[in-house]
Amino acid sequence: MIIEHIDAQLPGTVTDRHAFRGDQTIVIAGEHLLAVVDLLHREGFQLLVDITAVDWPEREQRFDVVYHWLNLASQERLRVKVPVADGGSVPSLTGSFKTANWFEREVFDMFGIGFDGHPDLRRLLTWPDFPGHALRKDFPLDGGDVFCMEGCTAPYNNGERGGR
Amino acid sequence: MTTMDSIALSRQMLDGDKMIVNMGPSHPTTHGTLRIVLELEGETITKATPEMGYLHRGVEKLGESLSYQQFIPLTDRLNYCSAIMNNVGYATAVEKLLDIQIPKRAAQIRVLMSELSRVADHIVCVGVNAVDIGAFTAFLYLFKQRETAYDLFEMAAGQRLHTSFTRIGGLFRDIPEGFVPLCERFLVECAEAIDELERLLTKNPIWHDRTKGIGVISAEDAVNWGYTGPSLRAAGVPQDLRKAQPYLGYETYDFDIPVGTTGDVFDRYLVRVEEMRQSLRIIRQVLDRLEPGPVMVDDPKVALPPKEKVYTRMESLIHHFKLIMHGMEMPVGEVYSATEAANGELGFYIVSDGGKNPYRIRVRPPCLPIFSSFESQVKGGLIADAVAVLGAMNIIAGELDR
Repeated sequence: MIIEHIDAQLPGTVTDRHAFRGDQTIVIAGEHLLAVVDLLHREGFQLLVDITAVDWPEREQRFDVVYHWLNLASQERLRVKVPVADGGSVPSLTGSFKTANWFEREVFDMFGIGFDGHPDLRRLLTWPDFPGHALRKDFPLDGGDVFCMEGCTAPYNNGERGGR
Repeated sequence: MTTMDSIALSRQMLDGDKMIVNMGPSHPTTHGTLRIVLELEGETITKATPEMGYLHRGVEKLGESLSYQQFIPLTDRLNYCSAIMNNVGYATAVEKLLDIQIPKRAAQIRVLMSELSRVADHIVCVGVNAVDIGAFTAFLYLFKQRETAYDLFEMAAGQRLHTSFTRIGGLFRDIPEGFVPLCERFLVECAEAIDELERLLTKNPIWHDRTKGIGVISAEDAVNWGYTGPSLRAAGVPQDLRKAQPYLGYETYDFDIPVGTTGDVFDRYLVRVEEMRQSLRIIRQVLDRLEPGPVMVDDPKVALPPKEKVYTRMESLIHHFKLIMHGMEMPVGEVYSATEAANGELGFYIVSDGGKNPYRIRVRPPCLPIFSSFESQVKGGLIADAVAVLGAMNIIAGELDR
């Protein structure tokens, strides 16, 4: 229902959609995110339940940033996915949803995805000079040698130190 | 820095009234390891910077290398005050992905255990919140009941804290003999203990002074901050997934959703106390309608066959081997499944590529968005109120950091 509404109001923004086990999913491009979110907010999708990401290393646009919304009045849920390339970023939702602040920090910490316009984009769960981003598929499960502090490079992250 | 500089700096710090205090990482009121850097002017908080991750174990990363069944013990360690509800939430999510229905008795026992652990979780939250503020007695009255609840978990699951009680498609085992009588006794004694708690606190003027008007939040703000569960309901939003999006047959049980008005610590306390009573009501109804039957789905592609069949029948042996070595056959797709845990909406987002392990598993912890509003809740208040607010948020570090 809401998807048809988005299609009518903002034609061409929804690039893909599917429904699986009753979960509605739409895929949109990063530049349309704020417009779609604005529409969702006006349509009653006031509770931003979750922000996370999924890493698909073989894809050109490597990550999916995944948003879950809940409409408290109609109890309808909507999942919005925004593909983003490695080193890319998506607009921050902190302007309209306060809860986006920490969720976006966590996604930045775990995947290294930037959020444009975030007031305080720091790591949330790991420490500031943690090498790499733990939930990327090429990050080793044993964590690698994360306690090497000075003069060592992290091979699984192109030698780049954490932070940014 | 030269000596003169450092002297000048310490002078400057002495002159101002500003003081920086570390609350945590191991402070009695943080109940787990988290740190809050408080900037104080006298006793007034001017800035509070929460810092977390001390208990980060990479649960989501580990899940990508474990099979669906193997992930269950990790869910125990999310909200360890009500482990069974995490087990149930996770199993429900995988069952949604598999599109299977669990037997009636399994669903009933899941409801029973969930509500028991909701009572146990609220006991910790309310009791410990009172202790932090200075009311020690209430805690002792309630902890006796919590002990009985944990005895019940031990009888059913063999473990008190890390229960791992569910399996994909049902339960680890049926509840044993002697469980129902003890549970009946618990219903009576716990209801009495809740009455005693209310006599101690609800009309206590000191309790009012410490909790009323502290941590006030409007319904609109609470939604915007991503509040769910008792904290959201205390702010006046009647959102409870057990009613709004029923699962496990919650729509067939008769219970009410308590709602507060101001969202302050006192309202959160009242909501939790009433929820305990409602949970006892649900447990009563489950016990009345509990019928004998299987507690695992009868599907050899999901459930392990009984041991005696594995030893005597070729087909069962093959199913056993296939399930252990290759795991369940999972469809390709993604699901988000949410259940009403003690702290709020506990969500599991599972992406499957059809393999033995989840491609990505995300735990949506209810207390992370609530905790992110901590600074706005305590700023301008007194340092003693920060303790009250932190306790009423019911931050469980295991769930917060995952």
